Amino acid sequence: MANRLHVELVSVEQKVWTGEAEMLVARTTEGELGVLPGHAPLLGQLAEPSQIRIKLDGGQTLAYDVAGGFLSVTETGVTVLAESATPAEASAR
Amino acid sequence: MAAQVRVLRQRIRSAKGMKKITKAMELVATSRIAKAQARVDASLPYAQAITGVLTALASNASVDHPLLTPRPRVRRAGVLLITSDRGLAGGYSTNAIRTAESLVARLREDGKEPVLYVIGRKGVGYYRFRQRPIEASWTGFSEQPTFEDARTVGDTLIEAFTHGADDTDDGPGADTVTGVDELHIVYTQFKSLLTQTPVTRIIGPMQVEERPKSEGLLPAYEFEPEAEALLDALLPRYVNTRIYAALLDSAASESAARRRAMKSATDNAEDIIQTYTRQMNAARQAGITQEISEIVGGANALAAAGSEA
Repeated sequence: MANRLHVELVSVEQKVWTGEAEMLVARTTEGELGVLPGHAPLLGQLAEPSQIRIKLDGGQTLAYDVAGGFLSVTETGVTVLAESATPAEASAR
Repeated sequence: MAAQVRVLRQRIRSAKGMKKITKAMELVATSRIAKAQARVDASLPYAQAITGVLTALASNASVDHPLLTPRPRVRRAGVLLITSDRGLAGGYSTNAIRTAESLVARLREDGKEPVLYVIGRKGVGYYRFRQRPIEASWTGFSEQPTFEDARTVGDTLIEAFTHGADDTDDGPGADTVTGVDELHIVYTQFKSLLTQTPVTRIIGPMQVEERPKSEGLLPAYEFEPEAEALLDALLPRYVNTRIYAALLDSAASESAARRRAMKSATDNAEDIIQTYTRQMNAARQAGITQEISEIVGGANALAAAGSEA
């Protein structure tokens, strides 16, 4: 459990993605940050516009364009709240 | 006799036509209920998450935000009323309007001046007809609201609420715009397919529950940016989420109310068709009986005349 990060990405109208990941990279208004398992609790507002990247176990990366987003890190996992979240173009990464 | 049969046949035909329409509307409403409920379910994770974040924030930071502090003197109170765009939904809009009216009366008794914000053509029509002022109104999305709609409404309300902060008894304060000091929302809660109840809620100033201290150690949150700035960004979103949830609930209620109204209209049409069909058959049969007795009577008369000759 210690080296798994539970990620939830929810937008206003639906739950977009949820699952286990290795790492989550997001950019808050203060700067970019990566969240690894065991990260200290954190609440952040995401930059506008912003992209979050979820690194999966197999080395794969999921990227989402997020608008009006917040990031909440607790001991149980990471929750990304977004007004809208759409999968980013593969070429944009 | 034949004339009566023709009139009845005409009535049956029009009742059948009407039944087809109401049946179709009933089916459409039924499928819309399911869709609206699915959207309510889909919006729950976000609502729960943002409530959790807000609670965490409120428990960790000193909460002192205009959207959270009750104003010492409430002069104007905003009332957001959600009604439907179209009729034929039974008492749906009427009940919502009645609830809003009793809220307005209560606010007046408390010495507050109600300010109306109306969603849906039915509500707008009600107040226009009575020539009562509406501060702002939105129409066209009552059956299938999107978050975009909720945000448009929410931004207007929050702006009015913010403008109300410096109002004085003599008029608008320094910002020269008269705002409101309280925000109420009237919407129809979807309880079940048969029960929908109009309810009123306060959305401004908001009440955030702080987590009781006894609930173990609170995680020491880091904030990016500062907690105050975060609250600034988060609270309007939270208000919008609340409005969106109310819109979705109302949309489900509207469809359920319409389905019920259309179902009883369809049942009624069936009753009418049955009654008229019976009357028509009786009239037709009476006509036939009369003709037969006329023929028999005529034949008897002829036979009697022949035997006398």
